[in-house]
Amino acid sequence: MKIKHFVIIITLLVAYNCSKEPQKLRQIEAKQININDSLKEVTEIEEFIKPKREYIKADLEKILCYNPTYLSKKGNNLNSALGNLMADIVYEQANPIFNERTGKNIDFVLLNYGGIRATIPEGNITTRTAFEVMPFENTILVAELSYDQLKDLESYLIENEKAHPVSQQFHLEFRKDKSVKSFTINKKTPQKNKTYYVATSNFLLGGGDHMDFFKEALSVTPVDYLLRKAMIDYFAKQDTLQTSTDKRLYID
Amino acid sequence: MKRRDFIQKTAVGATFASLGGLSLASCAPEKQSHITILHTNDVHSHIDPFPADHPDFPNQGGVARRATLIENIRQENPNTILLDAGDIFQGTPYFNYYGGELEYKLMSMLRYDAVTLGNHDFDNGIEGILAQLPNANFDFVSANYAFVNTPLEDYIKPYKIFVRGEIRIGVFGLGIELEGLVEKKNYGETVYIDPIEIAQDITKELKEKENCDLVICLSHLGYHYKGDKVSDLKLAAQTQDIDLIIGGHTHTFLDKPAVVKNKINEDVLVNQVGCYGINVGRVDFYFDKASKVKSQGKSILV
Repeated sequence: MKIKHFVIIITLLVAYNCSKEPQKLRQIEAKQININDSLKEVTEIEEFIKPKREYIKADLEKILCYNPTYLSKKGNNLNSALGNLMADIVYEQANPIFNERTGKNIDFVLLNYGGIRATIPEGNITTRTAFEVMPFENTILVAELSYDQLKDLESYLIENEKAHPVSQQFHLEFRKDKSVKSFTINKKTPQKNKTYYVATSNFLLGGGDHMDFFKEALSVTPVDYLLRKAMIDYFAKQDTLQTSTDKRLYID
Repeated sequence: MKRRDFIQKTAVGATFASLGGLSLASCAPEKQSHITILHTNDVHSHIDPFPADHPDFPNQGGVARRATLIENIRQENPNTILLDAGDIFQGTPYFNYYGGELEYKLMSMLRYDAVTLGNHDFDNGIEGILAQLPNANFDFVSANYAFVNTPLEDYIKPYKIFVRGEIRIGVFGLGIELEGLVEKKNYGETVYIDPIEIAQDITKELKEKENCDLVICLSHLGYHYKGDKVSDLKLAAQTQDIDLIIGGHTHTFLDKPAVVKNKINEDVLVNQVGCYGINVGRVDFYFDKASKVKSQGKSILV
């Protein structure tokens, strides 16, 4: 009996002391675990996803055309085949609509590097490909820019030094010291008394990526065309996709 | 059995007590706490694994596989917290077809504890987040987005305290400046607050008022930028009392987590695990009461 009492009292004392002293962080171990096929799937989760996956799949697996080469937005010297393709698609698909509405033509297209969200593997291009590359519900708009705003656009591309997609009508080559080698629109030096119709996305026109030259656009004409839909419509017209790099936007 | 164990351990404690006075070392062996933090970032609606012929991530990712990993780790250590650093939405047709319903439902099934908001979580606007909240059985933390006068005001708190065993863990969120990244109409009246300033206030509150043993920042600021733009590395260096920064936004795949000296020359762990659910980050924190610990400081194994 006496011994038991003793034990309990000591226990309380020790416990009291322990609870007063907070635990101290002694050791941290950090690592990264890759998720791959060495892990089995949780059946309940898989069964929850399955019907949704199949519904979407049926909608997306339609083959649109064939892509003979792996396409990535990560190009050389600010130019990539995928960026070029994206901007040229927007021109080809949106210009007829813009022309019909206004009687004018788009001068060039400017999109943003960050807006291309996936690479395109070699092989069949499906509706799904368009969703992967362009998952956003972005629409095409045409902004009318003054000469000064066009020069701001030029400075932005030089300062920003990112592979923002531009269409083939646009040509800007510059050097690492930021001096301009050549800058033309439709092979002509920009004219002070002319305005320029630039097709872009609602994201960039709304202030995205700080393309501030769009903020004071002289006019904005909606084309009411989703960027992704433009891609899907373009792919559907092709048999084998033709893509290439060039020097439309190029740093030397 | 248990009672006998108890008495045996107590007896050992008593021996120590009688030998060296009531030394705190006497309760060290059985008073160790182990907290496991698991984290993802920028999953971007990647619910299915990438196909075997994918050029970048063949056969990797997938929520149903992630669920297995998380379940295994929880069995190993029930004191586990599962976090996500934002950009849950946008990136596969699942988002375009279901508006984020699946992402939140699946994360609830995986028993995520807390997340912060990334810029793409605003892609369907504030209303788009609000509409999916009933599917989210986890907390949203953001300390530097003020949602006053928006419908999210009552749903998103600066931080959340988790208690696991004896350890109090404070998790607060930080988001990237939305202007220029998200269309104005999508973030509406949300006000962006300087993350470094607010982090100082929050960590002080978590340490002093909430008595947290562990402070974790869930950040969607981005790992590192060339210029002055605030990043996780800058946040780590210019603050104090943060133990771990779990980052996102820049889709940074690190060879190993970074260890950065903070404002008072203590180590802060900064981690980010790429994107698309390719990886899960795991950070284990070991605590004990041994009095010598204080002079030893903490060791970080990465």
